[in-house]
Amino acid sequence: MAVANRIVIENEQDIVFARQTGRNMSKQLGFGNIVQSRIATAISELARNIFLYAGKGTITLEAVEDEGKSGIRITAEDQGCGITDIRKAMEDGYSTSGGLGAGLPGVKRMVDHFTIESAVGMGTKVTVVKWNN
Amino acid sequence: MLAQYKEILQAYLEGRGETQLYLAQQLSKWFLRQNISPEEIVDMHLLALEQTLDIPEPVQESFHFLTEVMIEYGYLYREHHSLRNKQQQLEHEIEAAVTMQYQLLSDCRPSYPDIDIGLVSVPAKRMSGDYYNFIQHEDHSFSLAIADITGKGIPAALCMSMIKYAMDSMYLSSIDPSKMLFYLNGVVERNIDSSMFVTMVCGRYDVNRHRFQYAVAGHDPGILYRAKEQQFLDLTGQGVALGVKRNASYPENEVDLLPGDMLFLMTDGVIDRKVGQRYMQREDLVAYIQREIGNPAQVLADNLYRKLLEASSFELPDDHTMIVIQRK
Repeated sequence: MAVANRIVIENEQDIVFARQTGRNMSKQLGFGNIVQSRIATAISELARNIFLYAGKGTITLEAVEDEGKSGIRITAEDQGCGITDIRKAMEDGYSTSGGLGAGLPGVKRMVDHFTIESAVGMGTKVTVVKWNN
Repeated sequence: MLAQYKEILQAYLEGRGETQLYLAQQLSKWFLRQNISPEEIVDMHLLALEQTLDIPEPVQESFHFLTEVMIEYGYLYREHHSLRNKQQQLEHEIEAAVTMQYQLLSDCRPSYPDIDIGLVSVPAKRMSGDYYNFIQHEDHSFSLAIADITGKGIPAALCMSMIKYAMDSMYLSSIDPSKMLFYLNGVVERNIDSSMFVTMVCGRYDVNRHRFQYAVAGHDPGILYRAKEQQFLDLTGQGVALGVKRNASYPENEVDLLPGDMLFLMTDGVIDRKVGQRYMQREDLVAYIQREIGNPAQVLADNLYRKLLEASSFELPDDHTMIVIQRK
């Protein structure tokens, strides 16, 4: 049943579409309002990072299940210039001070599972899972 | 949580009483303790409302809108939490560093029957950028240094520990002040960021002849009090601050102390303060010292610190360190 939705992110309209898709998926899965909002916001932030820093990339959304819990996995991938210092990018106040919104640490805090792979010149891949609780 | 919220909300909607508003305020404190973020409260409000009244759909939808708007505030709220935890961690680290620094600056004043030494060193913030030390030699002399490291706090403290160990290794023998400064200049120049520098007076006191030899690196050389004439003289001497110029030389100066004479060595923080609307001048400081003449060196240094602090409305913008040496 796990259908993956892959959305190409190139402009702000794509960000809105990705949010919408994530929200609809979470509605269908019967997630509460707050979880829906968190998922939409996480997608939004990850997609914005792609849009602002890599120019182009994809957001993939999948329904996932584990031990009776259901959730959504969001994978954000780009082939941009990568993150030089991941530890720094994960620090509070690093991106927010520039008015870029929650940034990666904000996303990390509102999801249940967060991994990031990035290499300079090779792009970035962020995978997060949010369970319905 | 929702149940309590709903109960209070319903009671309020029925009676609109101040009691319920008071309870709501108490509830919000509890929410904060439970780390409930703003958007969760908006959502809770909607749920409670839905279970209480028939709400028109646009109103219901407007709450979803409000939830989205509150999301960023929720972010900041959680970020604030995590930053606060981080701050507490840093506080602990600083506390440990303060203790270490306290040990670096341990009071090791030499004692001689005919010399009285007073010392006060108070940091403006938690860590001091002022440094002092005393080393007693076996040839009836002791060395002393007083220094001010640019900047305050942790960077200054790190620099200080380097200076301390450099000096300790040199003081294995009774080295001339000018040689000491030449050596320290090399250490500071090689090891410290070019934006930082250290000012210092380094001296050696010959206990038999009561001769004070000293060299100066960008620091106020200090004040000499002649007891017989009851006069205050500025010590002379100059040299560039440590870490500024490679191979700089530090010429040596000397003064002989007669019975009752006193030396006052200090850092900028002693004089750099506002008394009322204006900055304190050297004459003002001398006047303060004059009133304390006759007291033992330590009492003098303590009183001076207290009175200067009073004069500057208990504000200490810079670290305050003073060494008083009197030939009895």
